[in-house]
Amino acid sequence: MSEPTNKTITIDGREIPFEEGQTIMDAALAADIYIPHLCHRPGLSPHGSCKLCTVEVNGRSASACTLPASSGQEISNNTDALNEVRKTITQMLFVEGNHFCPSCEKTGNCTLQAVAYHLDMLDGHFPQFYPRREVDASHPGIMLDRDRCILCELCVRASREVDGKDVFAITGRGTDARLIVNSESGKLVDTNITTDDLAAHICPVGAILIKEEGYEVPIGRRTFDLHMVGEPGLEPVILRKGQHSDEH
Amino acid sequence: MSEQMRRIAIDPVTRVEGHGKITLLMDAENRVHEARLHIVEFRGFEKFIQGRPYGEVPTFVQRLCGICPVSHHLAAAKAVDQLVGVDALTPTSLKLRQLLHFGQTLQSHALHFFHLSSPDLLFGFGSDVAQRNIVGVIEKHPELALKGVKLRKYGQQIIAAISGKRVHGSAAVPGGMNKSLSREERNVLLAGIADIKQWAQEAVALNEQVHMSHPENHSFGALNTHFLGMISPKGELEIYHGGLRARDPDGGTLFDQFDYRGYQEIIREEVRPWSYMKFPYFTALGKENGWYRVGPLARVNNCDVISTPLAEEARQRFRAFADGGFVQDTLAYHWARMIETLYCAESIELLLNDEDISGNDLVVTGEKRSEGIGVIEAPRGTLFHHYKIDEQGLIEKANLIVSTTSNNQAMNESVRSVANEYLDGNEITEGLLNHLEVAVRAYDPCLSCATHALGKMPLQVELIDADGAVVDCLTKGVNGSIERA
Repeated sequence: MSEPTNKTITIDGREIPFEEGQTIMDAALAADIYIPHLCHRPGLSPHGSCKLCTVEVNGRSASACTLPASSGQEISNNTDALNEVRKTITQMLFVEGNHFCPSCEKTGNCTLQAVAYHLDMLDGHFPQFYPRREVDASHPGIMLDRDRCILCELCVRASREVDGKDVFAITGRGTDARLIVNSESGKLVDTNITTDDLAAHICPVGAILIKEEGYEVPIGRRTFDLHMVGEPGLEPVILRKGQHSDEH
Repeated sequence: MSEQMRRIAIDPVTRVEGHGKITLLMDAENRVHEARLHIVEFRGFEKFIQGRPYGEVPTFVQRLCGICPVSHHLAAAKAVDQLVGVDALTPTSLKLRQLLHFGQTLQSHALHFFHLSSPDLLFGFGSDVAQRNIVGVIEKHPELALKGVKLRKYGQQIIAAISGKRVHGSAAVPGGMNKSLSREERNVLLAGIADIKQWAQEAVALNEQVHMSHPENHSFGALNTHFLGMISPKGELEIYHGGLRARDPDGGTLFDQFDYRGYQEIIREEVRPWSYMKFPYFTALGKENGWYRVGPLARVNNCDVISTPLAEEARQRFRAFADGGFVQDTLAYHWARMIETLYCAESIELLLNDEDISGNDLVVTGEKRSEGIGVIEAPRGTLFHHYKIDEQGLIEKANLIVSTTSNNQAMNESVRSVANEYLDGNEITEGLLNHLEVAVRAYDPCLSCATHALGKMPLQVELIDADGAVVDCLTKGVNGSIERA
């Protein structure tokens, strides 16, 4: 980490410091400022695909997770207009997949669901796509439900950058985009992924799940039963297991 | 159809769970040639659960119903236990599930009697329709109505304490439960149990009094049927786990302590083109004669004894009413339902005082199997959940026989019986209309296990002559007003 500097940016009128090489998202997280996001996790390379972290920098829209912080930036983040656009993006993510929270085992631990609550999303607004993509339950410990994938590529990056395995990739374009598995059969069982891998745990929704433990944490004790998604310090918690350290 | 035949439809039937309609086919002398209860909703859970992982099933299928989700949750959980090779739970998990289901049955029974059926019994089947509803009960009998609401609330508090929510929570996991009850949670619930027992006793007494003082109720939609239900190895009333017992109307035993995993040997289902609900029957007796009844009336008749003292006393009075034989009065479903409510209240007290309920040993594991069958006595009767999985653990096939399905033929017979007894001429009256619904309501059917629009369902009844012309038409508005077109 480089030496502290006196360089600053301003987010919603609050002046915060940043270090050379940090993005706006990095600086905001360090200052406990929440910018909604789904495809970003500290420690993985920025991706800029979900667009939820769109902010206005000196009057122009930009992704906070990819734009380097630079002295003098005047940034709007928590505004009604931006949050309205973020809500629309979230609604589109919901209708593009089969996100049925009532029976999904990720409910309460799902970042997509938590962001939707944060943005006061009350309906899907758009017509449902009802996709029918292949469920891969071939692996003894990990399940892949592609109908819930939001194409954030966190698993792709975690497998490549942290696990060193390159198990996942996204193929296709537009509405044909989908998550694929890097093995000859295309099945998880024929990869070297294990339940210890970060890629097996990092999914922000219920697309990649550890088998057999879905409903072990009772309602009322799940991450977002106890915490708001914008709460400082939650990032490493979500990364680790989807379960907060003060849960029992 | 003969030229002189005409058809009358009640669509939808009100103050029941879900949507259904009654049709009558009548000749020129107003004799009923055909009476049918149609279930007009199609749910498709058995189909769209296919391809989902088995662990998801108990949470998924409980969405079948907003009144008895716990019963579906637990029936599925019992099937999933078998899929993970578990035949016996830890004492803590077993007692938690029993307590959860007692809470479920208590709240469902209270809802049905006080909210849905008491207006008929307190005010009369043909009484002023503006009063014959839960609001009328609140105005005329506020204390009784309040006790009904509180009884239901207590059952829901138990469900919430165990599953995290009053409706559609999460409790059972493969081979056990995901949490136990803390001492504080037990104490909060124990603080209210004395009132609950008292009110349940009063509800039993009220039903005894109403049934005995109305001789016309005894034959109302009454049938002489077989009964099916789950029973403990000691012959006790049992709603969580036991063997199946079937009795014929004379008290003879068709089978007893039958392992429900072999249900396909003893029960088959017939599909009829005019209803989405199947018609189950005992295989040994065939389609014509093999139909039977389930639910409170079947269970309280079927058992030799109830394990809790107050409910057992009530059961003995119930059976004495039929001189020791079976009580076949369809309206005695209400009475039996309140006896079970008292049984639930007493059982809840016993379990809340049981230290096992706060234990930490929650989950058992075993060797995976490819097929699981879970059966439970839901509030409305015997409930079957049957799942087969593939080698990846995804559901390949699912078969559910929900409680109301087993009463399908009986409800149709009761509608026919009441139609024959009470239909009195060309003019349809709202009172007649309600008599038919009272017969259906006694069974507490959950027609779709889904829709609840209490008091807001519009209803239209048409009398159509042989040429298709509308002779008469009554419309009930959302505010309960009746208008003749």
